[in-house]
Amino acid sequence: MKKGVAITGMGIVSAIGNSVEENLQALLTSKSGLAVSKHLQTRHKNNIKVGEVGFTNAEIAQQLQLSEDNNFTRTSLLGCLAAKQALEQARINDISTYRTGLISATTVGGMDMTENYWKQFETNPEVQKYISSHHAGDSTEKIATVLGITGYVTTISTACSSAANAIMLGARLIKAGKLDRVVVGGTDALSKFTINGFKSLMILSETNCTPFDANRNGLNLGEAAAYLVLESDEVVAAQNKSVLAYVSGYGNANDAFHQTASSKTGEGAYLAMKKALKIAGLNPSAIDYVNAHGTATQNNDLSESEALQRIFKEEIPDFSSTKAFTGHTLAAAGAVEAVFSVLALQQNSVFANLGFRTPMPETGLTPVTQLQKKKLKHVQSNSFGFGGNCSSLIFSKA
Amino acid sequence: MKTCYIHSVVSISAQDSFAEDGVISEIQEHADYKISAIHPQYRDFISLSQLRRMSPAVKMGVAASKKALMEAKLDQPDAIITGSGLGCMADTETFLNTLIKNDEQFLTPTAFIQSTHNTVAGQIALGLKCKAYNTTYAHGSISFESALIDAQLQIEAGEANNILVGGVDELGSEFVDYVHLVEQKQTQPIQVSLSEGATFCVLSSEKKEGAVAVLKAVETHSKIAEKNIVSEMQAFLKRNKVDASEIDAVILGINGDAFDVYYQNIEEVFPKTDLLLYKKYIGEYFTASAFAFWMGTQLIEGETLPKDFYIHKSDSKPYKNVLLYNQFKGSQHSFILLTQQ
Repeated sequence: MKKGVAITGMGIVSAIGNSVEENLQALLTSKSGLAVSKHLQTRHKNNIKVGEVGFTNAEIAQQLQLSEDNNFTRTSLLGCLAAKQALEQARINDISTYRTGLISATTVGGMDMTENYWKQFETNPEVQKYISSHHAGDSTEKIATVLGITGYVTTISTACSSAANAIMLGARLIKAGKLDRVVVGGTDALSKFTINGFKSLMILSETNCTPFDANRNGLNLGEAAAYLVLESDEVVAAQNKSVLAYVSGYGNANDAFHQTASSKTGEGAYLAMKKALKIAGLNPSAIDYVNAHGTATQNNDLSESEALQRIFKEEIPDFSSTKAFTGHTLAAAGAVEAVFSVLALQQNSVFANLGFRTPMPETGLTPVTQLQKKKLKHVQSNSFGFGGNCSSLIFSKA
Repeated sequence: MKTCYIHSVVSISAQDSFAEDGVISEIQEHADYKISAIHPQYRDFISLSQLRRMSPAVKMGVAASKKALMEAKLDQPDAIITGSGLGCMADTETFLNTLIKNDEQFLTPTAFIQSTHNTVAGQIALGLKCKAYNTTYAHGSISFESALIDAQLQIEAGEANNILVGGVDELGSEFVDYVHLVEQKQTQPIQVSLSEGATFCVLSSEKKEGAVAVLKAVETHSKIAEKNIVSEMQAFLKRNKVDASEIDAVILGINGDAFDVYYQNIEEVFPKTDLLLYKKYIGEYFTASAFAFWMGTQLIEGETLPKDFYIHKSDSKPYKNVLLYNQFKGSQHSFILLTQQ
């Protein structure tokens, strides 16, 4: 087994809380954050449950001390909040001491503003400031500015596996000695664009989602931002940093089956998990808990279950999806669940797969349905997305 | 650390760069504020049934990737990495407009499905049945360079031997007008057309006959103050053990806006070196700098580029080291160093 890359800070804002501590309390008390949306104005508002962050845009702008005429989208605002928390926990005051990068993931970018002002862009000068904030990279640039990062800054957009790929890239850059320190994660705000997109695919649940249940009826969307600080062994040693956990394994593969649907055999998921185990130098039996992608769509949960059975055979480790807490937070999901995986290791806790009642007949698998305390050494976290993009990460105890 | 060889580069642009012989025979002058790429006969690369569903970005990406693989004589890459600043803008516009027009009702998913940034890389993987590493960068004008950095990291570390890398952006039909509108309000706006294109290449750990060049180094910086641009460029060259006097050509992302001052600073360092520009002829888009990557490899291969591209040209001599520099609005700076095999 190899040690991996050190995680020294984490930050998160999600439907279950605006800090790591608040998220942890909700996870430990099995309290879902799904509800009718308060901020997002959509026709479907009263017919769906979403995982919405409590703060309004104005409240976040105030916390970040932004000027009145700022053009921060909600994606940027959420991202800045979470990334700042991560730096604070890592006790980083002077960003320029080491070669520091930022890799952020997003799918919607500035869509939350674009969709509101699309038909006003031509005529209303007041909203034209949101034209340049539409593209995905804008949110990342804003986070970099708030954090003071000026060097290597980039954005990954591989749909729902985006943040997992950001974490993977960050770990690779540290290992290769290209950076000393890197902030990795993702951010996505709720938008009418994605709500209607998933609704048109008929995979949006009207009630709280029930991952891995035989009668699951789709996903809830959520918004969130989560970031981790990864640091090289040299920086950790030089600054005598406390390490929260290690990124020990990562894998990325493509299902190459369909633009949106996952293959029945979960080929991409299987390959990604297998690669991650290989990088970590672990046998499947060493995994104590799998934080599954588990979106609660018919297709994903069956495909992922098949992949779990192919990797772990008869000895499937404890597994759960935390999507019923936060909703599916798209590009941020991989980072949200990375934070949850580290918390699981720290707390020696497997978080509940809320809403589960009946195993699906095809696999008979039952996730962990109530908070379970047990010694954890290695946690595997899956994220899969449109375009066949499948990624898997392994986190190991510090 | 392994060397990163470039086995092929192809480019679809507003010039005839995707021609059979890969040489631009005649420069097309563009006057409109937005221009389309010269789209090739896609049916030479893609079946008609698939073509009907594809947006320009996907068509350009799939066709360019096929030609890049063909020229590199490669069937299956070990990784597919793309960059796209705006992703699939046409389908994004379609879905958004229908959503607004129908007040969030009666929507079909096709445009939504195809609107994500990773659609191009996903479609390429699907077409090749390629289950390898697959990712997409969407970071403004360094989207392509981010893909290059990832690929070079994999090759240097021995994680992959052959990687398909590409940069693609499509014009769309509406957002580009809004971009133009606000641009015109700037004191010194962009002077070239807004545009689209796709550049794909195969990077490899293998030295081989017919390889077009070596990707020596690629670096990106989110922010560089104007006063520091020359020292940052010098530091980049020094890290790669090349002196400014050894650079045979510099290709600059000049687009006529107020931030061209960054390029002027660089030009002053190279009074006798060949200097080239391209956005005047292929337009500006987030992955336009990938076209400079194509130009650089053309020079190193000994191909002739139209004289229009030259700001300054000295006596002909072989090009051994070519430096590319691009930035957008004073942010997202990239340096690329290409050398002879």
